[in-house]
Amino acid sequence: MKNSRKEGTWEAKKGLAQMLKGGVIMDVVTPEHALIAQEAGAVAVMALERVPADIRSQGGVARMSDPDMIRSIQEQVNIPVMAKCRIGHFVEAQILEAMQIDYIDESEVLTPADEKNHVNKHDFSVPFVCGATNLGEALRRIGEGAAMIRTKGEAGTGNVVEAVRHARALMGAIRKLKVTPIEELMTIAKEMGAPYDLVRYVHENGHLPVVNFAAGGLATPADAALMMQLGMDGVFVGSGIFKSGNPEKRARAIVEAVSRFDSPEVLAEISRNLGEAMVGINISTLADEERMARRGW
Amino acid sequence: MPAVGVLALQGGVAEHISILMKLGCFVKEIRTPDDLKSISALILPGGESTTIISLMNRWELTRPLKEMGEAGFPIFGTCAGAVILSKEIDEKEHEVSQNSLGLADVRAVRNYFGRQTSSFVENINVAGLAELFKGVFIRAPLLLPLSDEVSVLSRVKDGPVLLRQGNLWLSSFHPELTPDSSIHRLFLESHGILKGSG
Repeated sequence: MKNSRKEGTWEAKKGLAQMLKGGVIMDVVTPEHALIAQEAGAVAVMALERVPADIRSQGGVARMSDPDMIRSIQEQVNIPVMAKCRIGHFVEAQILEAMQIDYIDESEVLTPADEKNHVNKHDFSVPFVCGATNLGEALRRIGEGAAMIRTKGEAGTGNVVEAVRHARALMGAIRKLKVTPIEELMTIAKEMGAPYDLVRYVHENGHLPVVNFAAGGLATPADAALMMQLGMDGVFVGSGIFKSGNPEKRARAIVEAVSRFDSPEVLAEISRNLGEAMVGINISTLADEERMARRGW
Repeated sequence: MPAVGVLALQGGVAEHISILMKLGCFVKEIRTPDDLKSISALILPGGESTTIISLMNRWELTRPLKEMGEAGFPIFGTCAGAVILSKEIDEKEHEVSQNSLGLADVRAVRNYFGRQTSSFVENINVAGLAELFKGVFIRAPLLLPLSDEVSVLSRVKDGPVLLRQGNLWLSSFHPELTPDSSIHRLFLESHGILKGSG
């Protein structure tokens, strides 16, 4: 009894995200991409069939990737492999768990399967990461069992403005909560639609109970360093790498930028001559139904 | 008291810092060779070993760290940090060819226990500690001694998980992920950096 081994505990789920801190998680669509990502120093890869920029341009329903495609990436690299399920699609999540994926992203980048409910992530031994646009949303996801949070940003645009908006909203609300008198916490919990005990945790500790990454629209080393200086623990880069002119070089530069995010001289050096960045989209030109960050609640 | 350094390129850096501060140590984050001056011991944290190794090479830390380790400087590597200290690196499912500091006579088998769904928590016996220690094993390596100079301080049923070879300490689990500071204390006390609390 005293030495008994317990798999899939909260510490183990949350702990993997802690080990990814200061790192870059890269979207990959082929084993070759995955290898480039690993060699560039990615801490994990996100296996998917289409990067967000292509999901955006091709349209249609975006679903969990083919297990064969995910398997081919698991066989190729030894760093953690993540994969996406649709919001609320707990069967896609069950399939990904059965495939021993290392982390599931319940993602607004795919077409939501449930307009009201997210997956009950406590049911799983595999950890989940979920997107959030503000503190209330982050705490709702953690309440459902998410062991890692990321900003939603606006995936597939190469435009960092939404990720900045979400990071500022999140960090600003955390700073405010820290100095809020305790008797106001219940009303705040009610207003932000977040579990009281988690509001209380943030008030007492001054940070989320899980790791918090930036995602959605990052395209350059400077974007990545900006998100780190705003207080994020690490970054996801989706279309920004493999939709650029020189993925290998850009991937490496973003990894280096995240590890030295507070040294402008170093950032200047590594930002040089990276080839073309992905073509960006101005958020204001997107119709409401094209805004992925509005998916989920 | 000189500071304890924590290699701060990627991974569970803040967790080590918070435990060291709880023990009353000054802490210095290490990102460049210059940062290595005036520290009394060094922690290589958990993270992704491929990432950390590549950044150590990029910021020219590999050679100075290797020289310090060879000269008897106390270094404690946890999980990925232990892989980086090991002379041989294998992986359970994949062929790997990683270059590391190669200081300890140890073969590290990465991801020995399987993928993340097999990550686990287990209370372990540690030589030198009176109480059981809560070991958090995340995609953990198994650490196999390659010479008699390596002593095994803790093992689970699969094999050794905490090793010491003179100035080098290696753990396959994450002592920084629990509030218990006793393994950090053991490391620092045995090198005279912390005095025994009696």
